[in-house]
Amino acid sequence: MSLRPFLGEPSASPAEAADWSRRRVIGNNLRSVLGRAYPRIRGSLREKSWVAFEIGLPFLSTSAFVFVYRAVQAPPEYIGFVVLGGAMTAFWLNVVWMMAAQLYWEKDQGNLELYFAAPMSLMSVLFGMAIGGLFMSSSRAVIVLVVASTVYGVHFTVLQWPLLLTVFLLTLTALYGLGMMLASLFLMWGREAWHLTQLMVEPVYFVSGLNFPVGRLGMLGALAVAIIPLAVGLDAMRQLAFAGGPPPVGTPPADIEALILVAMTVVFILLARVMLRSLELRARREGRLTVRWR
Amino acid sequence: MPVTDSSSGLPGAASPLAVPAIQARGIRRVYAAKPEPVTALDGIDLEVAPGEFFGLLGPNGAGKTTLIKILTTLLLPSAGQARVFGFDIETETKKIRRIMNMVAGGEQSGYGILEVREQLWMFSQFYGIGVRDGWQRVDELIEAVGLGDQRKQRVSTLSTGQRQKMNFARGLLNDPWILFLDEPTLGLDVSAARSVRELIGAWKAAVPGRTVLLTTHYMAEADELCERIAIVDRGRILAIGSPAELKKRVQRESLFRLELDRLAGGPASLAGLPGVVSAVAATAEGSGAADEARQTVVVNLVLEDDAALGGVVVALDPLGAHIVALAKSEPSLEDVFVELVGRGFDDDHAPEPVLRPDETGHPDVAEAAR
Repeated sequence: MSLRPFLGEPSASPAEAADWSRRRVIGNNLRSVLGRAYPRIRGSLREKSWVAFEIGLPFLSTSAFVFVYRAVQAPPEYIGFVVLGGAMTAFWLNVVWMMAAQLYWEKDQGNLELYFAAPMSLMSVLFGMAIGGLFMSSSRAVIVLVVASTVYGVHFTVLQWPLLLTVFLLTLTALYGLGMMLASLFLMWGREAWHLTQLMVEPVYFVSGLNFPVGRLGMLGALAVAIIPLAVGLDAMRQLAFAGGPPPVGTPPADIEALILVAMTVVFILLARVMLRSLELRARREGRLTVRWR
Repeated sequence: MPVTDSSSGLPGAASPLAVPAIQARGIRRVYAAKPEPVTALDGIDLEVAPGEFFGLLGPNGAGKTTLIKILTTLLLPSAGQARVFGFDIETETKKIRRIMNMVAGGEQSGYGILEVREQLWMFSQFYGIGVRDGWQRVDELIEAVGLGDQRKQRVSTLSTGQRQKMNFARGLLNDPWILFLDEPTLGLDVSAARSVRELIGAWKAAVPGRTVLLTTHYMAEADELCERIAIVDRGRILAIGSPAELKKRVQRESLFRLELDRLAGGPASLAGLPGVVSAVAATAEGSGAADEARQTVVVNLVLEDDAALGGVVVALDPLGAHIVALAKSEPSLEDVFVELVGRGFDDDHAPEPVLRPDETGHPDVAEAAR
């Protein structure tokens, strides 16, 4: 076996090999983002079973609400609200199952130790998971949106495209920032991730107003807008995608909600960083990275 | 009594590799566990020179894996200090992680949906290797470990041996200065284990200064690969030396391999006879399939001198045992272990403490690990 030393010229000593420039550290982290995103992108192109579960099922539940709104002769915008909510379901499911619970699974699989033992920041792994997840979810969301809008004849009235696009992107950054934070939290908490993720699906659907304007929930809706990115993002997007429809009840205007999303993104990502550092120290001290290797 | 190792006597001060590859002083690790804390390491002193192939040999639960986890920056010691190539394991973790890698036996890391080539490339990105260089390096390694035919195969479909070869390729992606191997041949068949051992040896020999720390409970593996070995038991190093040096410790006694058709009371019934230092059942490693087929009992005897053998032979008759075969044997590392500890590797399955979340969610319950 002849293996040539890699990474450019062979280093003269371990001390030299360990001495990385700032540029190299940044490059390492950027490549790690790409590396961790890769299995998600590749996986979504390789495994087609998600089509049934992540497009078919959300479409069915969306359809149920469409029929209810039609039966009670609700304003036509409400059907659009439901379709938009159905599309955003993909992102929330991805955040809960493939971000929040992910480090927990990674630990069980033995990957977490290897991530910690590699020279990159674990934040890069989280960013990679988020970008890979965005790729997966976006395709699902677009399909649900296009199919449901066509089937149920949803008519969008957009007056501020740039703001709508900005709000959409901010919703995603805030959502995935929350996912990064929850990933650290789940792992630190050490509880069974399965139950936690279950807890975060239906209740969040409800308080986020996935199938109805969140303002209808009164104080609960206002609270949801203040802390759950899905609630605030969805409400803002509905205001912008159905301009001229019923005015928002109990929620701020879209531009204020955009600012809330910016604040959420910053806070969640900072918290994720702080918690990851704390987690690593605590894990090393208490042996929480230790898994049964065999 | 634990042994303190302060000098490996390997490369000199003029070398750029003058700093010890591993330097550990008074390492102690206690796990919070119920009903009482578990001491996994109890004052480990160790020095490994650059370029050395060093083995930690000990039974399950000896503390080998805990020590590896500390040296690979995954676990903090409860007390003591350790350095890897001069870098402190508590404060200079990033630097250590840039020059080391690790491979464990039975490792199931990665993602089954990826192909072998893709999986290795993903890991290459974690070490900052360029995108194109990563693919090239992966292809080189796949060929080097003999997985050329599996390069496009999904990870989930690999056999245990193939998977371990892939893990080994992963461990070499960043061309580490120090490679930690935790029972790398565990669960492999004879052929696959030999193949992995050859790979390790060839990789290490290719560049001076490459250092390997291997943990194993396979005596023959340690004997074949390691330049020096530390025998570890219950969190302490009992002896350090080259395999030859360690074997010399038991050379003064006479060693016999005694195969019997039956033995009422087991090897213990021979242990108390005059002139018998120890009598231990041979491990599976030492007894071949043919022995099992014949339903015989194989005992490794350590006697004060050859004359004591007569007493053993006489004592067999009342026990209803008949000799099938008798051979004088050279000392093995197992004999060294038996002399140091007073029992064989398989006589005590003390668990390696591993923290797993209990039903309340707190990972403070020690479980049997390996």
